[in-house]
Amino acid sequence: MNHARTIPHPAATAASRAGALARYAIWIALAATLLLLPYVFSSRLALSTMSLMGTMIIFALSYNMLLGQTGLLSFGHAVFFGLGGFFTVHMLNMAGAGGWPVPLPLFPVVGALGGLFFGVLFGAVATKRAGTAFAMITLGIGELVVSSALILRRFFGGEEGITTDRTEVLQLFGYSFGPQLQVYYLIAAWCLVSIAAMYAITRTPFGRICNAVRDNPQRTAFIGYDTGTVRFIAFSLSGLFAGIAGGLSAINFEIINAAQMGAVESGAVILMTYIGGVGNFAGPIIGAILVTWLQLMLSDTTKVWPLYVGLLFIGMVMFAPGGIAGLVAMQAPLLAARRLHRVLPFYLLALVPGVVAVVGLSVLIETSHQFSIRAAYGPQLTLYSIPFDVTSPLPWLAGLVLAAAGTWLFLRAARLARNAYDEAVAEGRDR
Amino acid sequence: MNAAASTPAIELAGLRKSFGPMEIIRGVDLVVREGERHAVIGPNGAGKSTLFHLISGHYLPSAGAIRLRGESIAGLPPQLINRRGLSRSFQVTNIFPRLSVWENVRCATLWALGHRYSFWRDVDRLDDVNRRTEEILSEIDLIDRWRTPAGVLTYGEQRALEIGLTIAGNADVLLLDEPTAGMSHAETERVVSLIRKVSEKRTLLMIEHDMRVVFDLADRISVLVYGEVIASDTPERIKANAAVQQAYLGTEAA
Repeated sequence: MNHARTIPHPAATAASRAGALARYAIWIALAATLLLLPYVFSSRLALSTMSLMGTMIIFALSYNMLLGQTGLLSFGHAVFFGLGGFFTVHMLNMAGAGGWPVPLPLFPVVGALGGLFFGVLFGAVATKRAGTAFAMITLGIGELVVSSALILRRFFGGEEGITTDRTEVLQLFGYSFGPQLQVYYLIAAWCLVSIAAMYAITRTPFGRICNAVRDNPQRTAFIGYDTGTVRFIAFSLSGLFAGIAGGLSAINFEIINAAQMGAVESGAVILMTYIGGVGNFAGPIIGAILVTWLQLMLSDTTKVWPLYVGLLFIGMVMFAPGGIAGLVAMQAPLLAARRLHRVLPFYLLALVPGVVAVVGLSVLIETSHQFSIRAAYGPQLTLYSIPFDVTSPLPWLAGLVLAAAGTWLFLRAARLARNAYDEAVAEGRDR
Repeated sequence: MNAAASTPAIELAGLRKSFGPMEIIRGVDLVVREGERHAVIGPNGAGKSTLFHLISGHYLPSAGAIRLRGESIAGLPPQLINRRGLSRSFQVTNIFPRLSVWENVRCATLWALGHRYSFWRDVDRLDDVNRRTEEILSEIDLIDRWRTPAGVLTYGEQRALEIGLTIAGNADVLLLDEPTAGMSHAETERVVSLIRKVSEKRTLLMIEHDMRVVFDLADRISVLVYGEVIASDTPERIKANAAVQQAYLGTEAA
């Protein structure tokens, strides 16, 4: 090492050969993963689950362009998802009827343009303000669009929505896109392109200024930028990507209805993004996969599944505001200092009572649900393969004990884990 | 000295600012000549920071004129004033806390170098931007801290970064609001030499409480008392001015 002094130039490091290779390696690995997933999970259920996840990844990432990158809390993001979907469905129907020479894989472009158009339109209003006023305006826009959808029945199809048949448009190379596998690959390709595009945007002058607006809008004005314009461009672009997601959803399910533009969907994308982690580009990807999986798995097993997702959200907000990606990123300095093995036992120690607490809580929730709302179905309930009677005090007591003891032990173990983590980080630093 | 000197860098005429019934700036006339180092002093509550907020576009004036090189900038938003070549720092450190030191300075260079809202070019490959960022970082002596999130810098370092953000955009009129506030003696020395360096080819208007710094740096001094400029002159004459001594120096220098 004879260099007099290495110039700390991030551009130079990023452009260096090893850096460039590492950067592309991630994308090649992602492409390979998307390509090979259907060979590992080949059931029809798995394919449709993964198709849904791919759509939601784009949707959550587009939302994080606002929340995580620019610091804008929107309560109406599903509007752009839904409108992108409606435009795609109508265009599919017209193309099918008119025999247009446009193949199916290009139709998400329609969703993108629809999302962009309304992003520009509504963004021109909403981004005049920031903070709470912005959040309230987006809430209003969401309500406005959903209620107009029920009036403009010809376009939105009322409660039932609008259906389409994706196989009726021009077929290329014999791909009909009837089988779910072909739809999966269509979504996977768009997902890869969208992730790459949204990642690239974070690395442009505009992307960095978005971060500046998030951190300190006042100062951003004093370095020459109109913060309203930054918010407007971010809002429009995030509408574009939400529109792609909506278009893919419409192709996937061959139906779209007004409820998909509503507050529930706008809330769901907030949950996904936040649980995954807003501070990290990969966070919303993790969140979209996890929350989609939880929704599907829980809705099969329990009627009150939104309660569990909501509790998870509250837990994340309170204890891990960086989301799952934030928790993972916290381990990076330990990994670099080869100290991760020191803390792993403590994590496991916290995990066990944590699981016990969740089990106890679920016993309490399901028992009271059966006891009250589902009382008409009788007092018999089977949980974790154990049949019992919800009118007897035993399951209540068991749930209470498990939940209370589990929580108490979890909090103690979490404190131990926290101390072990701090110690390991300090050791790694001193080394 | 030359023809350009006839047009002042900054000219305030009859400037007023009221908040409800409170008039904070009560008819300020002030001329900052091209290329000079001009200090604004005055007791607490005199309206010095308010004056800076008016010039930089943070507040709208209630009445009066603000001219930058003869052109009116009164009522323009901060970003438009900044694009005309006037840049300011803040009394309370005002940086981008979650961005690294590198990103902080880089963001401040972007507009002046013409990259604006570009969302199609890789910022790491903009050589002009990265060169300029590096220059600024060596100038403010933070190059070894380039990766550190700005929020965890020491107070002195944050103040240096504050000045870095102010000069990064290549503005030629600088407004520095108490650049040495809360600094140790050694830190103050460092900042003073930094200010001297960065104001060499620029016009400087600064608010400062430390009289050693003021008399060390300033070519001319204006004294603001209760929203009015009571004197505007060279340091020697300000020292000798009876009204100034009575209103300000007499009470604080004692």
